[in-house]
Amino acid sequence: MIRTLLRISWITLRRDRVALLLTFLLPIAFFSIFALVFGGMGREGTSRIRVAVADLDQSSASRRLVEALEREPGLRVIVSAVIDDLPQPLDREQALALVRAGTVPAAVILLPGFEARFGDFTGGGESSIDLLVDTSDPVAGPMVAGLLQKVAMTAAPDLVAGRGLELFEKFAGGFTPQQKRAVKGLEVLLAAQAASSGAASSGAAASGAAGSGAAATSPAVEANASAPKADPSESTPTPGFGGPVSVRTVDVLGESKSSGLIAFYAAGTGVMFLLFSMSGAAGTLLEEQEAGTLERLLSAGMGVGTVIFGKWLFHSAVGALQLTVMFLWGWFMFKLELFEHLGGFVVMTLATAPAAAAFGLTLAGVCRTRAQLGAVSTVTILIMSAMGGSMFPRFMMPEWVQNLGLVTFNAWALDGYQKVFWYEASTWELWPQVAVLLAIAAILLGAARLLARRWEAS
Amino acid sequence: MLLISEACKRYGQTVALDHCSLEVHPREWLGLLGPNGAGKTSLIRAIAGRVKLDGGTIALFGQTLSGASGPDRQARSRLGVVPQEIALYPTLTARENLEVFAGLHGLGGATRRERVEWALTFTGLADRAESRTATFSGGMKRRLNIACGVLHRPDLILLDEPTVGVDPQSRQRIWEMLADLRSGGAALLLTTHQLDEAQQLCDRIVIIDHGRSIASGTLHELIAASIGSHHEVRLRVSGDAALLGALGHAAALRVEGTLLVGRIEDVSRDLPPLFASIGAAGGRVEEIQLTSPTLHSVFIALTGRELRE
Repeated sequence: MIRTLLRISWITLRRDRVALLLTFLLPIAFFSIFALVFGGMGREGTSRIRVAVADLDQSSASRRLVEALEREPGLRVIVSAVIDDLPQPLDREQALALVRAGTVPAAVILLPGFEARFGDFTGGGESSIDLLVDTSDPVAGPMVAGLLQKVAMTAAPDLVAGRGLELFEKFAGGFTPQQKRAVKGLEVLLAAQAASSGAASSGAAASGAAGSGAAATSPAVEANASAPKADPSESTPTPGFGGPVSVRTVDVLGESKSSGLIAFYAAGTGVMFLLFSMSGAAGTLLEEQEAGTLERLLSAGMGVGTVIFGKWLFHSAVGALQLTVMFLWGWFMFKLELFEHLGGFVVMTLATAPAAAAFGLTLAGVCRTRAQLGAVSTVTILIMSAMGGSMFPRFMMPEWVQNLGLVTFNAWALDGYQKVFWYEASTWELWPQVAVLLAIAAILLGAARLLARRWEAS
Repeated sequence: MLLISEACKRYGQTVALDHCSLEVHPREWLGLLGPNGAGKTSLIRAIAGRVKLDGGTIALFGQTLSGASGPDRQARSRLGVVPQEIALYPTLTARENLEVFAGLHGLGGATRRERVEWALTFTGLADRAESRTATFSGGMKRRLNIACGVLHRPDLILLDEPTVGVDPQSRQRIWEMLADLRSGGAALLLTTHQLDEAQQLCDRIVIIDHGRSIASGTLHELIAASIGSHHEVRLRVSGDAALLGALGHAAALRVEGTLLVGRIEDVSRDLPPLFASIGAAGGRVEEIQLTSPTLHSVFIALTGRELRE
């Protein structure tokens, strides 16, 4: 008896390609995505963090720190802006603008007097660096703060040592002339070593050997990572203490927000379930085909194009309503600032819902049965949502996965909603996301119409 | 009203219609019979505009259908198509389904309301008007399925297997509905495997096989043209097998178990001599069964006994 049951089950599973797909392919696809995001596939633990650097001190120490930051394999440093076709060093306002626009998650401002306060482990009451952070990326700020301490130690050990010895003299009494000569010699030696290690690590970074530098300096990172005490929830700047440079972390976007992250999750969840509901709704087309009502509509003189367009119109409206209900719930329950961003929300929703509706209809056009649609849409939507940022933020992913994510519908929709609710972007600034979503809607609607040709008279 | 000439349709290597021709006259009820896969549904779908012919023509209400959407649509607006499937929206009520299909056929306002009420009475579903069709029995769905196709008072109705899978009561009701439509003057093209249904309802019958029209006419014309007007006679005669064999030989009948079976052309002329010859041979007739030729026998004679899959 059991043998018979096993035989039936095996034959059924073997012949149901959709079930096979769900059983074997989907877990592998998800495992791969999570491994890429969190495991780095042995290439990069995390993606390189984009950071803007404005050197307001323009001293030898500040220049050495900037150069060391540029050599840091974990960072992608932006030091200049193109103004009137000429690259100009960033100033504070420009660096701030880059953070506010979401171009970079952090900006390092080397304040005037940086060199004078460099290596002052006591903190000295004044910070020498302002670290402007966008806390929508909770990783970037603390990471850059830690790297600043590490880089300060490795970029200018001679200055750090000199300042340390000054402090020693201040608190423990002066050196003898012989000791002073020895100290001078040590400083020269450290400067030479810093220069040579900088050149070496620069070469290592260029050749892609990112691991060696990080491994060699990891104790310094660990020792100093907690030093800046960068707390994204703090609305007031907090001075750093205990590292060679004192860093004041400033949350430039989140300080007046409580709902930015809620909006992020509302959009992420909303868009993923929008795709599910749209593909489910589009399945009515296949149900109508199976029930014969589609044939009846077409026999009564209705064109296939009319059927597709009518369904797209209805599903777009339902999708827009679904997103609206989701955000209204966020406003009601979680104090999401919906009405403060109503214009942007409406624009993004009116671009997102039609694209999702067209996506659902295209899937329905590709599939032959409702069961097939269920399986294919589950696989497609879950993978798109994972890569597009609906499940976890895209900044956590390796850069190439982030770029790959841009082929997904989710990434553009989420970027748009994030611009509205987090970056306070004006409506016109949403044009790239809106344009891409509308283009997706048009292309997929066209594809759905073409695929629906199988229902035309033949 | 409907004239199909030399219709041809091929799906890959499969020939669905092979120079098939037929005609439906005004107010005529035509039965379209054929084994499975004979081409009936392809023909119905071609008339409804859902199949493009490879060759031949279809003229509807004097208008030759050319594929041009405007004139074709106008001609087809006088057509009512009732599919074999229960093509209804299960989550909608009976009334909502009727309203939807009335709208699809261009009925609106008071006309639509009047036609929906007519259809609910017509189908005997007035008391279930507000129930979802998913809760209906097979017979109720079939009746509603027909009503949705005739709401707009079409001049020609294409009915594809209207009584398949229903109980005798629902079948009887559907026949009454069709009689009602007939009194309204509509012509009808009916495909069915219920041969008694075609025999009782239709003025004329067309039998198609392998995509071709192989016979056409009234029942009597078909009988005369295919198997003749003879009657089948079956006699139960007392006696053993040897006697039956001798009787069969004497009366030119074949032996089937305890029966003698044969054909006679004229009952009043041929039966008394048959009885006399049996008596003379020592036999005694205990039971007699006379069967007139039926559409079933015509159908089998024309299309054969081979199974069609």
